[in-house]
Amino acid sequence: MAVVQDAIIGWKTITHGCHVLEAGSTRHFRTGDWRSIRPVTDNEKCIKCGMCYIFCPEMCYEQDDDGYFVANLDYCKGCGICANECPKNAITMVPEEED
Amino acid sequence: MAKRVGVEVSIAIAEAVKLAQAEIIAAYPITPQTHIVEHLSEIVADGELDAEFIPVESEHAALSTCCGSVAAGARTYTATSSQGLMLMSEVLYVASGMRLPIVMTVANRALSAPISIWNDHQDIMSQRDCGWIQTFAENGQEAVDLTIHAFKVAEDKKVSLPMIVNIDGFTLSHVIEPIELPDQEDVDRYLPPFRPKYRLDPKRPISMGPVGIPEVYTESRMAHDQAIKNAKRWIIKAWDEFEEIFGRRYNPIEQYMAEDAEILLVTMGSISETAMTAVDKMRDDGKKVGLLRIRLWRPFPSIEFRKAAKGAKALAVVDRTLPPGAASGPVASELRNVFYKVPGAPKTFGFIAGLGGRDVTVERFEEIVDKAEFYSKKRPKELYEVIGVREK
Repeated sequence: MAVVQDAIIGWKTITHGCHVLEAGSTRHFRTGDWRSIRPVTDNEKCIKCGMCYIFCPEMCYEQDDDGYFVANLDYCKGCGICANECPKNAITMVPEEED
Repeated sequence: MAKRVGVEVSIAIAEAVKLAQAEIIAAYPITPQTHIVEHLSEIVADGELDAEFIPVESEHAALSTCCGSVAAGARTYTATSSQGLMLMSEVLYVASGMRLPIVMTVANRALSAPISIWNDHQDIMSQRDCGWIQTFAENGQEAVDLTIHAFKVAEDKKVSLPMIVNIDGFTLSHVIEPIELPDQEDVDRYLPPFRPKYRLDPKRPISMGPVGIPEVYTESRMAHDQAIKNAKRWIIKAWDEFEEIFGRRYNPIEQYMAEDAEILLVTMGSISETAMTAVDKMRDDGKKVGLLRIRLWRPFPSIEFRKAAKGAKALAVVDRTLPPGAASGPVASELRNVFYKVPGAPKTFGFIAGLGGRDVTVERFEEIVDKAEFYSKKRPKELYEVIGVREK
């Protein structure tokens, strides 16, 4: 849950000097919410080599129970490096407005 | 008992900083402020003050260093002037936005170009909206008193804002005056140890100065504006306590022969003393002239002005800066706003005088009052007038 980003803070309750009083609070930020395209993996083509996992600059790929690599879309910024590096062309970058 | 000594005002300010027991001084020399920090560096080197004197490479670094030290919880002081204040500009807004209670003396001086080391208020007026509390001293005693007062106000947890004490360059900074330097005991009684609301501490990590996304930026600016407005009562309270301990009284606006005055001069800084002499002279001539001297510039004492100017026909406002292309000088603009649509409000006339070290004499004040009297009957063509400017 994105605590900081979603909070509605009024001028009376905003912290003194706009200080962030909680250490490590950036973990609450979903840094990928402005993405315009997202990676979609075709598991038929995927060989689970993990190149997407290695090259992702946001380190947002995680391996699921079946061994496939899945991008965490809270943090994926849609850069497309994974799709570019995938040796099997299993990853397609799909515009956000498309399903 | 406090001693009354003949001393250069800059040296006296340095002694006031010593009395306030500043812990960090980070400064860069610039005329006409240099003597203050030069003397402080001597005081620290001689072991008279247990502080770090950090000789930095620029004013930008000076104020940045101050931000760090005050954030870590140290009582912090710096001083600058003119071009140095310009170089600090970016950090001025950072310090106030982060609510860091630094105390700074600004020895007011003109801005280049052409190069001028002499006194006017262009430097501080260019930083008018930097969000610091700002006071103006009229003489050496006030420079000392307001410096001690500034630490009390800025560091008050209910205020927690940086504060500038303005002194006129040369006319104050380099003049030897009889000044009563308070006793250490009394200053210690007046000024509690600095206990900031928040400070940088590895044991309890916080972040200062984060990004203010559009969802919070307006709220943070509003909180800052309200904080400086609310600070006024604590500024005044600190003056009340100052009077109790040191016996000298200060107010947001100082009045002189203002009660029954028809025309009120409005001044700021050291020219106020000349203005008082001019008022005396004009009173002797039977003119109902008085004087309002602005001591507190930010937050602006609007309500106090409305009270102080009640019954007056005209305000003759002297600005010591000429903002090119503006509707009028900053002080006159402020007062036109304060009195806008107030029933029975005096008419406000703006005069620009005393730029780049040009003296504003008693005769000039008489000229200003005569003009204000004339304009209150016949509306002037311009919103302001430059006094004593040669045409050819």
